[in-house]
This record gives sequence, C-alpha cells and structure tokens, in this order.
Amino acid sequence: MLLQELAGRLQDDFSAALVKTVEWRGELAVTVMRDRLHEVAQFLRNDPAMDFDYIVHVSSVDWPDDEERFEVVYEFYSIRKRHQIRLKTRVPESDCVVDSLTDIWKGADFMEREVYDMMGIRFRNHPDLRRILLPDDYTEGYPLRKDFPLRGKGWRDTFEFLDETAR
Amino acid sequence: MAFEDQRTTVYKIDPAHPESETLPTLRTEELLLNMGPQHPATHGVLKVILELEGERLVKSTPVLGYLHRGVEKLAEDGTYHQFIPHTDRLDYVCAMYNNFAYCRAVEKLMNITVPDCAEYLRTIVAEVQRIIGHQFWLGTQALDIGAMTVFFYCFRDREILMDWFDELCGARLTTSWYRIGGVERDFTPSLLDKLKQFLDYFPPKIDEYQVFLETNRIWIGRTKGVAIISAEDAVSFGLSGPTLRGSGVDYDLRKAQSYSAYPKCEFSVPLGKNGDTYDRYWIRVQELYESVKIIRQCLEQMQDGPIMADVPSVTLPPKQRVFTNLEAMIQQFKLFSQGFDAPPGEIYCGTEAHKGELGFYIVSTGGGKPYRLKIRAPSFIHMGAFDHMSRGYMISDAVTIFGTYDIVMGECDR
Repeated sequence: MLLQELAGRLQDDFSAALVKTVEWRGELAVTVMRDRLHEVAQFLRNDPAMDFDYIVHVSSVDWPDDEERFEVVYEFYSIRKRHQIRLKTRVPESDCVVDSLTDIWKGADFMEREVYDMMGIRFRNHPDLRRILLPDDYTEGYPLRKDFPLRGKGWRDTFEFLDETAR
Repeated sequence: MAFEDQRTTVYKIDPAHPESETLPTLRTEELLLNMGPQHPATHGVLKVILELEGERLVKSTPVLGYLHRGVEKLAEDGTYHQFIPHTDRLDYVCAMYNNFAYCRAVEKLMNITVPDCAEYLRTIVAEVQRIIGHQFWLGTQALDIGAMTVFFYCFRDREILMDWFDELCGARLTTSWYRIGGVERDFTPSLLDKLKQFLDYFPPKIDEYQVFLETNRIWIGRTKGVAIISAEDAVSFGLSGPTLRGSGVDYDLRKAQSYSAYPKCEFSVPLGKNGDTYDRYWIRVQELYESVKIIRQCLEQMQDGPIMADVPSVTLPPKQRVFTNLEAMIQQFKLFSQGFDAPPGEIYCGTEAHKGELGFYIVSTGGGKPYRLKIRAPSFIHMGAFDHMSRGYMISDAVTIFGTYDIVMGECDR
C-alpha cells in the first residue's frame, strides 16, 4: 500500500486519535494519543490491508523542553505487504506509562524492557518489566535521558593526583 | 535469589514413617543453574539463568548487559563521521557491515546518492564480510556442538580474507572503511587479483565443510529438530536474517529494499522448511555460495569511477587532495571538527547484515550531532526469543541455540 493510502486509511478510522502525520524521506510517521496507542496498534496488526506482522524496533526520544517530555517510537513492517510505518506517542514526565504491546508482538518484550531501562518509561501490562542492560540495583537514573550527563559526573575532578615533579 | 534453598538435600526423612530412614523418599524440585557469564560456549559475556527439571529446560532467563558500553549515548556526543569507528565495536566480527548500515542510514538522512563504482565496492566488501561472518559462525557453532575439525578449516579460509581486509584498510577487525557518501579507498590491482583467486579457491572448500558436517551423525543429531520456531512466532518475535528464513519466511532486505548494487546482481535467497537449527545452518552455507556469486557479478559489472559522492558540505575530499590543496584541507578539518549540518527529521534505515536486520534510527534536530541514535541490533532481538525456543530442550541444546542465533555480545549489549 502506498504511504498516502496508509495515512488516509488511518485518518479515516482514527481521526480523533491521530495527533500528527509526517511523511519524510519516504517514511510515514504517525503520532497517536497515548490512550489510543494499543487500539491503533491492534488495528495495524489485524487489519488485512495493513497486516503489520513484523516489529522492527521500539525506541524512545527525550524532549526535555516539551510539556509531554518523552516520545515512544514503534516501528512496524509488513512482510507480506512490504510497507513500513512508524507509530509514536508522547508521554509526560509526571506519568510516563504506556500500554505495552507485548500481547500483539512477542518481540516487543525485550525491546520495551530496553526502553524502560534506558529512558524510564513504564509499560502497563508488560509481563516482566525489569532493567535489561543495566544491573537491577542500578540507582543512578536512566542514561538516555538528556539530563543524564554525557561526559561523566565530575568525579574525575575530585581525584587527588600525585604530583610527580615534587619528588 | 534464594540460592541456599536450591542446595538443600534432595533426600529427606519422612517423619510419619521413621522406618523410611533407611528408605528415603525422593524429593524432586526444580533446579536453578547459572550458565555464564564466563562460559566458553556463550560467545562472550552472556549469562542465562536456567530453570531445570532434570536435564530439561523449563524456563530460561537471559541476563544481558555485561558488555554494555553506552554506545547510543556516546553517539550523541560526536559528529556523524566520528561515530563510524564506534560501529566497528558493535559486532566486532562483522565490522564492515556495521559501517555499511550506519553510513546508509546517514546517507538517507542527508539524501545523498552514492556513485555507482562506490556501490559496487561496498557490495563486494559487504559480501566478503558476510562470508567471514558465516565462516566464523560455522566454525564456532561446530566447535560448540563438538565438531572441532570444521573450526580449523573455517578459520584457515577466514584468515585469507582477514589478510585481504588488512591490505584494504589496514585493520583486520575494526575496519572503518566505509565513509558517508562512499568508501575510503579504491581496490588496488593486487587486491582484485587476490579476491579473484579466493573466489576460485573457496567454493570447493564450502563443499568440504558440508561433507565434514553432514556425514557427522552427532552434528545431524544435535541440529535436526532442535530449537524449532514456527514462521508465525519468528515473525512475531522480530527475528531476522537466517534465523527468520530458517522458518521459511521470505524476508531479505537485500531483495525487499534492493539497496546498493544488489538489484543489479542475480542471486537467490535460500529458505528453510522446518525452522530448526539444521535449516538455519543449511541457509548460511547456501548463502556462502550466493555471496561468491554476487561478488563475481559485481567484479564483472564494475566500472572505474568516483568512489565518493561529490557533496562537499557532507562528504570528505579525496585524501591526496587534503595534503596538497588548502581548500580540501579546510573542508576535511571542518567536517571532522564540526560535522555537517543535518536537516531536522528522523529516519530509520535497516540493512541486511549476516546476522539479520541491523538498523539505525536517527533523530536529528539540525546541527552536526545526532540528537538520538538507536541501534536495532539483531543479536539483542534474537535473545528475546531464547526462552521461547529453548523450552523443553536439554541443557546442552542451550549452547546450540546461542550458536544458531550467531550471537555477538558486543552488538547485543551495545
């Protein structure tokens, strides 16, 4: 299906849920409201004309200046129909919970765990939401958030160096 | 974890029947076994907690992250060019393909078309890397299962290509040969000769590997019917590459997206039927023949031409000019110190590496550094299906299943 047709179909069926539709570099990115995410995803998976059976990746982006700070990004592909779509939703920091899509795509399990680990977004109804790449007892926050320092936390400045020339 | 509990004695005296002191009743319970993180067959630092009933796997929980280096965070600190060497360290046995996948993603972001000659060079080297990757996989998988001879044969032939890489770019593993918009340097006549010699030398060797393994009863017994995954589950888990095609799903990005010089070459995509370890092995061996075919066609069709797209604001000037021409030197300096100005937007670009779909999702807000870079690593996603695929098999099959994913922890943990 052409991207315009895809976008049109979503517009027809979910006009109230759609926030934004962007087409850029031959890719379609659709932003939906958070509480309709699961419903739209279910439609993308089950509708015979959509047939998005393959989950490509789950990702997240931090926009600290925005009111709804986090963006959860899902990317789906249809192996039979050969088309791709990016489904996005925004979450505020105070309540960063999204419905998990593990019941639709099994592969979402590990991918969502990674998003939780790296960005701190929780997934409702996820079967096993634990940290995956960082240790379970890691308490220093979520490293891919923009307020997590990119170049160390200043510990290096507190080290005492031996003055080798003084000897 | 209640580790002490697991070590309580299996034999217990039943208080209701003190006479059973001499005849203990057998208490059965599930056993937790930590496999790894320093187990030679886990291909790096991977730990799996196995719940066992006897010797059967009831549940397995992968514990990842021992090799986590925060590559995605590092990407936000450097320019687009500076991230290329980091991609070498993702999947360190298959660095060329990582470079390729990353450069393709940035080219899509910048909307650059790569010249024909460079596309052929890229395809040839990518396929050489695929051969290396599959040889490495075949050797280690056979070694894990207990067929040691094949390991030596694979590594003998892999060494020829490693030396070829060495001559091409000065490194055997961390290659960084691809550049955004093209490649770093052209083939020399000596490289072309050596590659042609290898193409004549190699196909009989593939036959040899197959003879070794397919006449080996242990190999057949330990791969046929082991770790079966249905096509539907494989798709739902997001598996890709030979692991997906082993279940008979025809999905190869080289065909589906036909990037680089692949549409100009004729090759077939081998598909499995049963979705077991043997089918995945068979597919990888067939892909070796296909890669040889692709390289042959590319060498025939390739014409001399520029090896770098001519977009001075993005691509690097030729190295010779950097040393003799002031403008070229300034261009090189500016590109490496400040980077190029990427348009705001986001793209995802997947490439068929030998393990599966290696993708990069890049979010740009303008400027020289990516705002967010996400790596879709096939090894990580394959580990998500490990529990599903290993249930009901023996402990020794767990090793086979790591192997059949062709897992590399550098890529899995990033």
